[in-house]
Amino acid sequence: MKRRKFISALSAATVLPALLDGFSFKAFAASPLLRALASSAVNDHVLVLIQLNGGNDGLNTVIPLDQYSNLSSARNNILIPSAQVLSLNGTALTGLHPSMTGIQQLYNSGKVNIVQGVSYPSPNFSHFRATDIWLTASDSAQVLPSGWAGRYLDYEYPNFPTGYPNATMPDPLALEIGSMISLAFQGPMAGMGMTITDPTNFYNLINGIQDPAPNTNYGKELTYIRQVSQQSQAYSTVITTAANNITQQSPSYPSPGTNSLADQLKIVARLVAGGLQTKIYMVNLGGFDTHSAQVDASGTTSGKHANLLSQLSEAIAAFMDDLTFLNVANRVVGMTFSEFGRRIISNASTGTDHGAGAPMILFGDQVQSGLVGTNPVIPSVATVSDNVAMQYDFRSVYASVLNEWFCVPQPDLNQIMLQNFQLLPLIQSNACVTGIHELNQKAGENLVWNDPNPFTSSTYITFKSKGGHVLLQVFNAEGRLIKTIVDGEYAAGTHKIWYENEGHPAGLYYLRLQNEALQQVKNMIVVR
Amino acid sequence: MNRRDALTLDFPKQQRQDFSNTARTNTGLTPYSGQWTLSEVQHLLRRAMFGSSKTDADYFLAQGMTASISELLTAPGSVPSPPLWTYASNYADPNVAQGQTWVTAPYDGQANGYRNKSYKAWWVGQMLDQSHSILEKMTLFWSNHFSTESYAVNDARYSYSTNALCRQYALGNFKTLTKLITLDSGMLKYLNGYLNTNTAPDENYGRELQELFTVGKDANGVPFYSQSDVIAAAHVLTGYRINSATIASYFDSTRHDTANKTFSSFYGNTVITGQSGANGANELDDLLTMIFSTNEVALFICRKLYRFFVYYEIDAATETNVIQPLATIFRNNNYDILPVLSALLSSEHFFDPLNRGCIIKAPVDILIAMCRDYNVVFPNSSNIIAQYTMWFKMAQYLAIISQNVGDPPNVAGWAAYYQEPGYHELWINSDSLPKRNQFTDAMIYTGITGSGNTIIVDVVAYTAALTTPDDPDLLIQEVIDRHYSEDVSNTVKSYLKNILLSGQASNSYWTNAWNDYLGSPTNMTYYNIVLTRLQAMYKYIMDLSEYQLS
Repeated sequence: MKRRKFISALSAATVLPALLDGFSFKAFAASPLLRALASSAVNDHVLVLIQLNGGNDGLNTVIPLDQYSNLSSARNNILIPSAQVLSLNGTALTGLHPSMTGIQQLYNSGKVNIVQGVSYPSPNFSHFRATDIWLTASDSAQVLPSGWAGRYLDYEYPNFPTGYPNATMPDPLALEIGSMISLAFQGPMAGMGMTITDPTNFYNLINGIQDPAPNTNYGKELTYIRQVSQQSQAYSTVITTAANNITQQSPSYPSPGTNSLADQLKIVARLVAGGLQTKIYMVNLGGFDTHSAQVDASGTTSGKHANLLSQLSEAIAAFMDDLTFLNVANRVVGMTFSEFGRRIISNASTGTDHGAGAPMILFGDQVQSGLVGTNPVIPSVATVSDNVAMQYDFRSVYASVLNEWFCVPQPDLNQIMLQNFQLLPLIQSNACVTGIHELNQKAGENLVWNDPNPFTSSTYITFKSKGGHVLLQVFNAEGRLIKTIVDGEYAAGTHKIWYENEGHPAGLYYLRLQNEALQQVKNMIVVR
Repeated sequence: MNRRDALTLDFPKQQRQDFSNTARTNTGLTPYSGQWTLSEVQHLLRRAMFGSSKTDADYFLAQGMTASISELLTAPGSVPSPPLWTYASNYADPNVAQGQTWVTAPYDGQANGYRNKSYKAWWVGQMLDQSHSILEKMTLFWSNHFSTESYAVNDARYSYSTNALCRQYALGNFKTLTKLITLDSGMLKYLNGYLNTNTAPDENYGRELQELFTVGKDANGVPFYSQSDVIAAAHVLTGYRINSATIASYFDSTRHDTANKTFSSFYGNTVITGQSGANGANELDDLLTMIFSTNEVALFICRKLYRFFVYYEIDAATETNVIQPLATIFRNNNYDILPVLSALLSSEHFFDPLNRGCIIKAPVDILIAMCRDYNVVFPNSSNIIAQYTMWFKMAQYLAIISQNVGDPPNVAGWAAYYQEPGYHELWINSDSLPKRNQFTDAMIYTGITGSGNTIIVDVVAYTAALTTPDDPDLLIQEVIDRHYSEDVSNTVKSYLKNILLSGQASNSYWTNAWNDYLGSPTNMTYYNIVLTRLQAMYKYIMDLSEYQLS
């Protein structure tokens, strides 16, 4: 027997420890929850997270046409001509960047949900800190050691990683494709995601690419260790097998190497359809930090940001087409996120600085199609510090996806999200909360306002409750939460509250009402 | 082909490289006179010590090569104090008070298990706390060469004494060490030498003395010694016993075979004249003189040293240019070890680029070295219970990845140090490699805890001591230079940078994050931003295959 074969034979006889992000492996014991999930179709749901690194300019992605004249004063040098904004079925007020034809078509065929004005109180403008906040789902001033997806997976597979892989869950719980090591998959006790220990390793597993090693003793031993490394990755076989199960994919993908996001999503589609039971995938597209030259001098519809959105749209459209081609479209929901949006006012260098609120895009056959939230309000005379206000906390989106797509019962959400967040109607098949039609019905209704407005020191705030929990908050123009006026149960009807401006400077403020799934944001202006 | 083969071969066989004809060097023992940079220093330290901490590397870099090798080849002035009893809360040893040493106390069956733990913990402690000397590496070498198992010896006092002997003569005279090992109570017990009598000769030690300890078994299948030599040597060695109270060995002439012992042609048909009475003990000197007069002893030991310090493959050029000249030096110096080590470690062959980075690290070269490289703080001697607890934790992790110090698998030592054809590759398999990564991951993220004490890598402090931690490109390059023997591709570097920059394009994001931390080191938000990124970076670096090579 050759030595290498002998070692291979040894491996077969050994219970392979999992080479995951984690290091200590807890013993697996099947939980009742897991058994329940295993017997339900819900268990095969997959979530694909698309991280847009750098902070995507939401105002040039999902364009509020009803704010167009104010937008044109605030960001004329990067403004998309209104005639070229892609229209969305059912609304004349909101459209998409002209590069996003793929997503437009998906939206118009009922497969896209856009959540407007997503942010969190007191947004952070540092890439690093803001990224960590989004990945851990922490408060602005809170440092959490675990990621939100990691906490979900820990809740779902409480003994992971000891005893994994096993017959119930033979596959990685979460997979990252691309080059980020994501905090999102860090669980409370162990890493829940599979970390590839070589940047090209994932592609190696599927495409058989091997970095060359020098023809020296060093290269010889390095190659030996790499071979053992591949053999000992507990999941390498299942991943390779899943990939090899799929020999044909949709022809809609762009040529390999021309759109990195499409390349990554193509692998995801292949693995999902190939039978991998992995719950969450993370892919990413970088370059959204467009401080300057966001658009070309020749025209605002081309340039850096247009190219990125084009790649995003093209990749998602091809991916969706492939999911249908592979008959797994019902199992997959995708979601984009970015660490922040960008400033309302553009820079002279045809770019935008770090901002706050921005849209999130969910896609899939099972999403509840439509727009959640209203267009952001653009001040007529925007100042350099003005930001898109928060309508929805990003953690509401996470919580809703967990509740409606992964079917985490509402009482259990707190242990994952660590606070109670408003649930939004994002997913079609399991709408446990107010349907999107109710939001649409209420869209024209004035639910909250203040009078007088503008005001100097005090004003009356009036709001309408449909019953249940009401949250009434005031944010300043930077999005900082400066006051929670109301946080409690209010009977159905109209309520009036006296609001005192406690020494805050003159300027634009946002008044936000949240009542169950309904919410509305209004401008309040303080003058001297 | 079985199923596993099919799975294995599923991996890129078409790209699998053929290493049957790797680049070779003809360099020999001519003293190295090339550049003396971090690369050379680390190469020397990783092989002569455990790891190459920044402090040590910077120190030796300033010393220059000659002074560095001279200092490394000097044993520390003092002998380490012996292992201590720290297990009073588990068992009251009637003969040893808490905090006192047990190495000379009477045997106690219940205490012995704890004493063995203490012995292993202590040895790990010696390696962790090593001075600027090759002594601990050579102690490991001789302990592996004259291998005994504490489990089999079953009396920690003997195991300790064998270890102490190897440490005492680690840089001394090999012939003397061989004689003392032959008379060592631990070895007499382990290989049944104390049961070897004129009426019931036991061949065990007589065989291993030749096969494993001195001349070796054969050359290309042609045996050196014969079975008659094993029998003759066993008869020479009859009569040694152990005083179980003092644990000293002694010669009992009434058990000694006084007949003449005749050896084979390999030993020139030597006849060792049988002697009676106390003079019977002199036959050992005659036996060693005979064995050490062969050419094979020096060749055998020099090849083993070469495989320990340079690489396991010895081709014809290396045999001619390195092994044979080294063996000549060994013989000409009457088996003093230092001249051999000096010639080898100073040679252009040792520093030849083709001989760098090609040793697969032994478990001690991963675990002990990692703790030293990162200045991991262990409990100190003011809390001996904590200190021994954490030292023993390390011994346990070493055992998990196949190097149970004090308990090698058998009398031949760890297979990776001698077993053809794989040698060092035997350290790495699909069980041990992930566990190595799990250990380094744990040390980076959570640390390792025992009885309320934690040892952990402080990646932020480590980074702060580097040259330019605020520049991601320079930081990554320095970290690579200090962790790997060879540079890595730009793909890997850009991947590492992606971790530091969280996918952003501009270096300034890392620079600002680092400077924010430096400006407010107690700000937990700033600290966590750099901490999480550095943890991910160092984890990645130590998970890569390159980190397994020395």
